[in-house]
Amino acid sequence: MTFLQLCFYFFSAVLVFAAGMVVTVRNPVKSALFLVLAFFSAACIWITLEAEFLAIVLVLVYVGAVMVLFLFVVMMLDIDLAVMRAGFTRYLPVGSVVALLLIGEIALVMISGFTSESFPAPAAHGADYSNSKELGLLIYTVYVYPFEIAAIILLVAIVAAIALTMRRRPDSKYINPSEQVKVNRDDRLRIVKMKSEPKPDQQIGGDA
Amino acid sequence: MTPLSHYLVLGAILFGISVVGIFLNRKNVVILLMSIELMLLAVNMNFVAFSRYLDDTAGQVFVFFILTVAAAEAAIGLAILIVLFRSRRTINVEELDSLKG
Amino acid sequence: MKTIYLAIPLVCLFGAIVAGLFGKKIGRTGAHTVTIGGVAIAFLLSLVVYNDVRNGNTFNGALYNWAVSGGVTMQIGFLIDQLSATMMVIVTFVSLMVHIYTIGYMHEDPGYQRFFSYISLFTFAMLMLVMSNNFLQLFFGWEAVGLVSYLLIGFWYEKDTAIFANMKAFLVNRVGDFGFLLGIAAVLYLFNSLDYATVFAAAESHSEATVTSPFGEWSWITVICLLLFVGAMGKSAQVPLHVWLPDSMEGPTPISALIHAATMVTAGIFLVARMSPLFELSETALSFVLVTGATTAFFMALIGLVQNDIKRVVAYSTLSQLGYMTVALGVSAYEVAIFHLGTHAFFKALLFLGAGSVIIAMHHEQDMRKMGGLRALMPITYATMFIGSLALAGIPPFAGFFSKDAIIESVHFSGLWGAGYAYIAVLLGVFLTAFYSFRLLFMTFHGNNRADEHTRLHLDESPKVVTWPLILLAIPSICAGFIFFGPVINGSYFGEAILVKPEHDVVAALANVYQGKEGFGLFLAAVGHGIFAWPFWLAIGGIVFAWYCYCKNLALPGKIAAAFGPLTRIVENKYGIDQLYQKLFAGGSLVLGKFFHRYADAGLIDGVLVNGSAKTVGFISRSIRGVQTGRTFDYAFAMIFGVVVLISVFVWGV
Repeated sequence: MTFLQLCFYFFSAVLVFAAGMVVTVRNPVKSALFLVLAFFSAACIWITLEAEFLAIVLVLVYVGAVMVLFLFVVMMLDIDLAVMRAGFTRYLPVGSVVALLLIGEIALVMISGFTSESFPAPAAHGADYSNSKELGLLIYTVYVYPFEIAAIILLVAIVAAIALTMRRRPDSKYINPSEQVKVNRDDRLRIVKMKSEPKPDQQIGGDA
Repeated sequence: MTPLSHYLVLGAILFGISVVGIFLNRKNVVILLMSIELMLLAVNMNFVAFSRYLDDTAGQVFVFFILTVAAAEAAIGLAILIVLFRSRRTINVEELDSLKG
Repeated sequence: MKTIYLAIPLVCLFGAIVAGLFGKKIGRTGAHTVTIGGVAIAFLLSLVVYNDVRNGNTFNGALYNWAVSGGVTMQIGFLIDQLSATMMVIVTFVSLMVHIYTIGYMHEDPGYQRFFSYISLFTFAMLMLVMSNNFLQLFFGWEAVGLVSYLLIGFWYEKDTAIFANMKAFLVNRVGDFGFLLGIAAVLYLFNSLDYATVFAAAESHSEATVTSPFGEWSWITVICLLLFVGAMGKSAQVPLHVWLPDSMEGPTPISALIHAATMVTAGIFLVARMSPLFELSETALSFVLVTGATTAFFMALIGLVQNDIKRVVAYSTLSQLGYMTVALGVSAYEVAIFHLGTHAFFKALLFLGAGSVIIAMHHEQDMRKMGGLRALMPITYATMFIGSLALAGIPPFAGFFSKDAIIESVHFSGLWGAGYAYIAVLLGVFLTAFYSFRLLFMTFHGNNRADEHTRLHLDESPKVVTWPLILLAIPSICAGFIFFGPVINGSYFGEAILVKPEHDVVAALANVYQGKEGFGLFLAAVGHGIFAWPFWLAIGGIVFAWYCYCKNLALPGKIAAAFGPLTRIVENKYGIDQLYQKLFAGGSLVLGKFFHRYADAGLIDGVLVNGSAKTVGFISRSIRGVQTGRTFDYAFAMIFGVVVLISVFVWGV
């Protein structure tokens, strides 16, 4: 067993463990943190597959941005954990059976279909190989349009996220300084001319 | 070197675990979203493995795109979650049954 | 000649359209001028065509391709040969007489123009029928004459009986037409053509083709012939589809003369004669035709004995005579059938128009028991009707003698199954015919006048427009028989228009009797032969018996009727066929209708199909609605299960 294989099995074990914890722990914050661990392990496995750029991106984008977002949200929301956990064990058996069936069937196909004889590992690349450069060449040539579209999707996502969550609260009071400055006299003051009126008590006296 | 099938089975296990996660945490939208992230990770794992074993970088390009879309999805999903929580004061999926006629 | 062929029916159609659509504008005189003019032209042109055909110029060809569908060409075409030319002359001549007569008969009627339009339209339709060279056009003419007949029976549409009668005629004819249509369909199926010439040419080679039915193996030709004959039975009022004809007397008398005696009812006879190449190939069909005709000839004549309505007597005599023609067809004596058709057209039109003349004089009284002694008051009507009755009874040398005698002799020579029965039936029929026609004559014109005071004062001979047609029809009633007797029996008259197998050729056997005789010699031989044969003495016996019963011993008929009590009642009830149909078909339809209303319509259509489909949808929806929980994770589960099932299918290849 080479070192690389050792690394693979180690990180695989960590990944499976972390994934299991993500779906089973009680506290969503812990779930999120285990998800971070899972992404880390996945990134490590990807390095063994010579996908260095993606591994870094996974750590930077997911762990650094998406997971932080998750954490924020989880902490921001006031979640009643007890209600959330209700029926947890009730669905465990059926979920496990379905999942095991799924895994078993996929594994059956994978193991018989993708053996090391039919798919031998190609030789490792030399030291001067740059994964980022290769990827960059592809993305900016062959896949330039999908890349542009992906960029637009991200933009739309940003706009959508802001549009969805931004709100103006009707009960909050605030002042607009520019309007304050622009005010002149006529906006605030009105002079009314009127006749002088007799004193009320005189009129009453006349009647009496 | 590690055979291709090991990577693929790892992907299958990850996928299975996320399925279980969907079953178990059917009330908590946050964990559901996390399970979906795991699912995408499982798919990405397959892509990267194939890319390596077929010596074709195009597979990694797709992972790149999936990461992009997943990030966007997470952002919008969480935004919706926030809006949902604001209006309903809950993220319990069982209470979200306004669709039912 | 083609132009003339086309002009003959079209002038009639033109007259019909003008009189029908512009009747108000052109007025009564205009209406009868244009229609009579049209029919007169048609008659003259028919004579030209007839003469041309006698000189051997037959024609068969299409004028216009109407439609081509699936290899079948539907054409408008004419087949002008001896048969159709003869029919054209008969139709246009009788039609012309009736047109002229109508001026007198209908002059008080508000529907004068309409009536002229109808009879001209009828002439057009009948001409299209006889001139056709294919089945489709034949069917067109067939249905068109049926339609006009319907319209004319119900001409006085305020009368309930008229409406009932035209409905009955239409429905009964529908039964026949259905068979006819099936027959045409069978022709199309077997020969893949609707053209007469093509079909007849191919008939021989298809004579072995059989069709398997629930009733065993049948020859295609037999099936076709039987189906076509069902159509003929409807139109020519053969038992058991005869019930409409007596009731059709509800129509105006000129119509009874034109349509229900002289021309339209003979369409069936014409059809079978036209189809002789087909019928010759099927002895089964011929025997069926023979037996049907014989039954009609005898039993309808019996009913004629007990009728008191003057028109109904003539109507039943028409039925009986149509039976004679059918018998002639059955024994393959097609020429003789057409011969009798021609002579019958003249003297039956004459009798009807004569009866109409009497009815005019009696102020539309039709009951013979209220007539009598009209001989002195209406001499022309009396004389012409006397001639007509002699012709009908078959007394030499009048027209009916030659044609009827030829039929009886043909039956005598025939070896076909059922010929024995037919022979007895037609022989007895002769006696009955003579009896009822002279019963009519004696009751109407002899004895005491039984009319009421008011009518008696106004009794007078009919106007000239009525009597002239009578005289003109009386002439052929006297001489048409002898003129055509020779050519018809020696086979030269119809030439190739009619095809008879040698082993069926009874007319040839008949011709042998008069071998070598021509002109006046033939006349003498025929009359001499007739005088020493049964039919003549039976006819004389009928006349004498009628005279004894209705001029001498007036009490005798009542006594005879009483003696045969139950039998008389059966005959008076027309064998109960009307009641049977009323009960069986009308009542049966009602029961069936109620059944279908309750179970099929209310139960099946409304209950199962209409409400049932709604209920089923509702039920399924209610069941499926449980799936639509509206909870997101249920849908997620469904998706996951779906994925698992798909993968399972993929892995294990279920």
